[in-house]
Amino acid sequence: MSADIDRSSPMTLTTEQDPRQPGRPPAPPAPAAPADPGQEQTHGRAARLRAALGTLAAHPGLLLAVLYLALILAWTLAPSLFAGTDPLRTDPAASLTPPGADHWFGTDNLGRDLYTRVVHGTRTSLTAALIAVSLSLLAGTVLGVLSGYLGGWVDQTLMRCVEVLIVIPGLLLSLAVVSILGFGVTNVAIAVGISGIPAFARVIRAEVLRIRSSVYFRAAVTSGTRTPVILLRHVLPNASQPVLVLAALEIGGAVLSVSALSFLGYGAAPPAPELGAMVSQGRDYISTAWWLTTFPGLAIALIVLCANRIGRALERTGVR
Amino acid sequence: MTTDAPQPLLSVRDLHVAFRSRRSTVRAVRGVNLDLAPGRTLALVGESGSGKSTTGLAVLGLLPPGAQVTGGHVTLAGRDLTALRERAWRTVRGREIGFVPQDPMVSLNPVRRVGHQVAEVLLIHGLAEDRKAAHARAVDLLADAGLPEPAEVARTLPHELSGGMCQRVLIAIALAGRPKLLIADEPTSALDVTVQRRILDHLETVTEQHGTALLLITHDLSVAADRADEIAVMSRGEIVERGPGHRVLTAPAHPYTRELVAAVPDMTAAPAAPAPAGPPLLEVRGLRRSFDGGRTAAVDGVGFTLAAGGSLGIVGESGSGKSTTAQLVLRLDRPDAGTITFDGHDLGSLGPAALRRLRRDIQPVFQDPYGSLDPRFTVAQSIAEPLRAYRTTGRRGRQRRVAELLDLVRLPATAAGRRPAELSGGQRQRVSIARALALTPRLLVLDEPVSALDVSVQASVLDLLAELRAGFGLSYLFISHDLAVVRQVCDRVAVMRRGRIVETGPVARVFDHPGHPYTQELLSAIPGRRARTPQPG
Repeated sequence: MSADIDRSSPMTLTTEQDPRQPGRPPAPPAPAAPADPGQEQTHGRAARLRAALGTLAAHPGLLLAVLYLALILAWTLAPSLFAGTDPLRTDPAASLTPPGADHWFGTDNLGRDLYTRVVHGTRTSLTAALIAVSLSLLAGTVLGVLSGYLGGWVDQTLMRCVEVLIVIPGLLLSLAVVSILGFGVTNVAIAVGISGIPAFARVIRAEVLRIRSSVYFRAAVTSGTRTPVILLRHVLPNASQPVLVLAALEIGGAVLSVSALSFLGYGAAPPAPELGAMVSQGRDYISTAWWLTTFPGLAIALIVLCANRIGRALERTGVR
Repeated sequence: MTTDAPQPLLSVRDLHVAFRSRRSTVRAVRGVNLDLAPGRTLALVGESGSGKSTTGLAVLGLLPPGAQVTGGHVTLAGRDLTALRERAWRTVRGREIGFVPQDPMVSLNPVRRVGHQVAEVLLIHGLAEDRKAAHARAVDLLADAGLPEPAEVARTLPHELSGGMCQRVLIAIALAGRPKLLIADEPTSALDVTVQRRILDHLETVTEQHGTALLLITHDLSVAADRADEIAVMSRGEIVERGPGHRVLTAPAHPYTRELVAAVPDMTAAPAAPAPAGPPLLEVRGLRRSFDGGRTAAVDGVGFTLAAGGSLGIVGESGSGKSTTAQLVLRLDRPDAGTITFDGHDLGSLGPAALRRLRRDIQPVFQDPYGSLDPRFTVAQSIAEPLRAYRTTGRRGRQRRVAELLDLVRLPATAAGRRPAELSGGQRQRVSIARALALTPRLLVLDEPVSALDVSVQASVLDLLAELRAGFGLSYLFISHDLAVVRQVCDRVAVMRRGRIVETGPVARVFDHPGHPYTQELLSAIPGRRARTPQPG
């Protein structure tokens, strides 16, 4: 999942264009030579990487988003590298210390280091969000492919069910599911994942329908390729582009939902650090210790913004 | 350039246009000179990328973003257009220069009534006092454009009209301001051949009546030769040859023009070799397929036989049901009624396993070279797909076969690792043909395989098809709207119209002595006849 994902097919200008094809804007005439197989500039991994880096350099906002997400991914993978102390270690003597050199983000009412808790809290929230999006992606893909490929009554039934899910606001649905499953971070992740299924199912279905009507799909059928193979080799890879965009956007949304549910007390049980729960606990001290709500809140907001920025960039680099 | 030509209306002197991007500059038009006198027709001919449309747009001052006139002058009736500001251009476009765009179906505003769109031009240029007068005048203009019941047409929305009717509306709009010069950019390329002829006839009549000069931009040398007083052939941004249409078509001087003329399918050449006598390979009986729950029959009782080693052309205009027939034979769609027998097997009664075995022998080549290859597959992967599906050989064997097939369709071995976006249209179509041949099938179903290609590329692909047929004893079911192409590739032809076959027989007989009036109409609509048979005047 990176910005270079769809730079694999650099367009070389070609001299032959469809004179009968309607609506083609007057094409800038190609350089004199017809697409000669000998001269192709952008090929291979190195060139693709270079192109991706070029894109990043041209968009500083995107670069920041990528760097920040890389940082919190590192937090998630190895939190102790970035915050050496134990997020649960209390130090009553240093309770409610404002941000400073010893405690970058300050401490909470029990004297726990807030920076350490934000690092570990981000880890909890992001892991939950990734589980949620993976669940939506997987289930949504299965439903969307079945619906789009089989059509008929299968399509009708599945899509009506999906629409029922869409009608219920996402957070409400997650709340209902989590009440059934019980409290806990994993259950919150599953609940958020379920409420994300409809979006994926619909996007995948639309893509499957698009690819099904393509000429290369028909060519695959007539060349005797079996249906499951066509799905794996033609349909899923070609559908991946918009799905990746959606996944990037959904990660931001899932972090928000997971935090919201934790804020409401359905997620991580204290004293475990979780961004939403930390905001909730910090509310009691909002007039005396602003940092308790501000830093976890900022962490949530930044993840959502960065995920959106990257999703938008992925959307733009797509080839169809 | 005729010597007795009066003072030119339009004069283009040493015109240069360049497309600039951050990385490169493409010089699309390089030193073009044109002269066009009032009432005369000049055709600008060239293949895609030759700079012909760019020249037309430069004259109109409508170059796309990034393109710039980098040198030279365009003068209309003594006024230098290249120096005009945008405000001044508005009084020129529509009033002094009319423009007929290429694609009639997308060139009208889809949500405004046709009459309003014509009246709009009159109001903009102050040619009508008020809305009411403008509307009445618009109806007259639509009548002039040859539309039946113009008052009715004025009230319709563009989607309710056919392509030919839309093009007539666009011509009415272009002529509404009584311009001195009309620029028509591929005005009929998206239309059927019979409609094309009527539209071109109409353009000829109006320009004659009003003494309008016509700059006709087209890829079709025959159309140009038929319709223009003078032809200018463009290649790579330069005019390589100019002269009267008949002369250019029959005695081209420049090598590029000679190549272009040679590539135009010849209606006088001997037709393709007939099939050896033998049992029929494909037999179709009473085929029927309707859409919209039976209301429109796309294919309505079609029957034909194709001998082993034969090549049957199915010719028809858009909506005749020829492509649906191809889909049915390929078993991509099921008929409502009728039988398709291939080599003694009834396709309709076969189970999935037997059908899959039979698919090996019936392979397709589709029209759209841009859509028929999976954009994520390399050329080698695309070609090897049927081989993988039938597990004919191992990995090594597949690689060898792909190399062999690339060679067969005259693609360099280096093409194997490329993706479709890196290939030209002609190269992609060669890849499609290689894929179709991978399993050494017995029947190729070719659905408009060359209609999206430039004429010189088309000629080379057709040559390849003829060679392959002779070399492997293949049978072709060749679907096309282009009679000349069919004549070159097929030994028998079936003419389709509205879902039915109206005439069928050996190519030579049908083309030289057409029995059905529709076939006669199709044949007489083929451009290039006038220019090839020199007429007085």
